[in-house]
Amino acid sequence: MTQDAFLFLLNGLLWTVGLSAIGFAGGTPAGLAIALARTTAPGPLNRAAAGYIAVFQGTPLLMQLFVVYYGLALIGLKLDAWVAVAIGFTLHASAYLGEIWRGGIEAVPRGQTEAATALGIRYVSRMRDVVLPQALKISLPATIGFLVQLIKGTSLAAIVGFTELARAASIISNQTFKPLLVYAIVGVLYFALCWPLSIWGARMERKLAAASR
Amino acid sequence: MESHADTASQPMIVMEAVEKSYGAFKALTNINLTVRQGERIVLCGPSGSGKSTLIRCINHLERYESGKIIVDGIHLGDDMRTVDAVRREVGMVFQSFNLFPHMTVLQNCILAPMRVRGIVRAEAEGIARALLDRVKILDQADKYPAQLSGGQQQRVAIARALCMQPRVMLFDEPTSALDPEMVKEVLDTMIGLAEDGMTMICVTHEMGFARQVADRVIFMARGEIVEQAPPEEFFRNPKNERTRAFLGEILHH
Ligand SMILES: Nc1ncnc2c1ncn2[C@@H]1O[C@H](COP(=O)(O)OP(=O)(O)OP(=O)(O)O)[C@@H](O)[C@H]1O
Ligand SMILES: [Mg+2]
Repeated sequence: MTQDAFLFLLNGLLWTVGLSAIGFAGGTPAGLAIALARTTAPGPLNRAAAGYIAVFQGTPLLMQLFVVYYGLALIGLKLDAWVAVAIGFTLHASAYLGEIWRGGIEAVPRGQTEAATALGIRYVSRMRDVVLPQALKISLPATIGFLVQLIKGTSLAAIVGFTELARAASIISNQTFKPLLVYAIVGVLYFALCWPLSIWGARMERKLAAASR
Repeated sequence: MESHADTASQPMIVMEAVEKSYGAFKALTNINLTVRQGERIVLCGPSGSGKSTLIRCINHLERYESGKIIVDGIHLGDDMRTVDAVRREVGMVFQSFNLFPHMTVLQNCILAPMRVRGIVRAEAEGIARALLDRVKILDQADKYPAQLSGGQQQRVAIARALCMQPRVMLFDEPTSALDPEMVKEVLDTMIGLAEDGMTMICVTHEMGFARQVADRVIFMARGEIVEQAPPEEFFRNPKNERTRAFLGEILHH
């Protein structure tokens, strides 16, 4: 395989990282809002958040990207591929992160909220200073696990024209007729990206389990 | 102990015909209670009799459905304005301490003064250190709650509540979760508070504490106040049969 081909793959890797970052950056604030709505908002908002989670967890990411890019174009809303992918990944990530963090918030003992409330601390500070730091710590292993899924999920962005790592691999393998070599390299690249995260997540999980003993 | 209860000034807490239900279950029935400034009340009764519910209504951790609660002249309604105003005057200590585990002792103590009273950090830390000193735990100020014993954690919880400079302190079985050897240090802290004239309502089964500190002992059963009297009289000559049965049980164990 030529150096050019290899650089082409590395460029794909860069896109993969970039798309993951977009999904995570967009999914974090939206996911937080979803988690807060699920745990502390009154009826209608809470149910809306539950419905949102159900829809975006219950349908394939591929389909969501398709609808955002091609579907909206059909009704005259032609989005840039970038924008479509950012929206698609944000929707997807926020539903999963929202559900993960909802669990984290609910795992914080009730007495924490009560103590803060009894001290007169109001909602925003109660969440920011007392509940969320504990909830996010509890959720960290699952959050990292989702991040790994998201990285692998970015390969689906190929359908709207992105040449991220998986798409780059198929192009190079078609050119070089060495699919085994190409996919071995690509496998190693994915692995190098996800494995440290998985290790980190597992370590956090062990640390939390030890702390709660 | 000499009583600090002030009969002349306005009452610190007034509860009038307060009722509270959980669904179909009536947790409080027709609660009438007036606590004078500086008065020390011990609240006892069997499990499920509504003791926690009663004191949790006073700072609106539980919402009451009918009747009236007035704390330090503030009529406690359902609006956030009066609820916030009342919570600023009322400190609470829980059975399970409920310290914030991700913050040091000092950070636990300064959070509410900074966020609620808007005090700057340096001043909040000054107040916190003075109060940690008062509960004899200043040397642990930079530790995390998990590094402290139960008795130490509960004393920190008391200091944390005092940092808001409340006019009333509510205690919900503050020594029930402690190993026996740590009960005394917490009770001594509470006795110190009582000697300084703090208005207090303590849910506790520590009858020695009640004898030594309380101006009045209140006995609850099935959501009602059944009997109340100064400790001397309460223990010597309980009038209600349920009080006698309850005292017979806890004093023989
Ligand atoms: N959130 C709730 N939902 C439903 N029922 C409740 C709730 N909280 C308390 N109760 C019920 O109300 C009654 C009074 O409870 P409360 O906690 O005030 O009793 P208590 O006197 O403090 O008892 P204990 O000594 O066990 O702490 C109990 O029967 C309890 O089961
Ligand atoms: Mg109770």
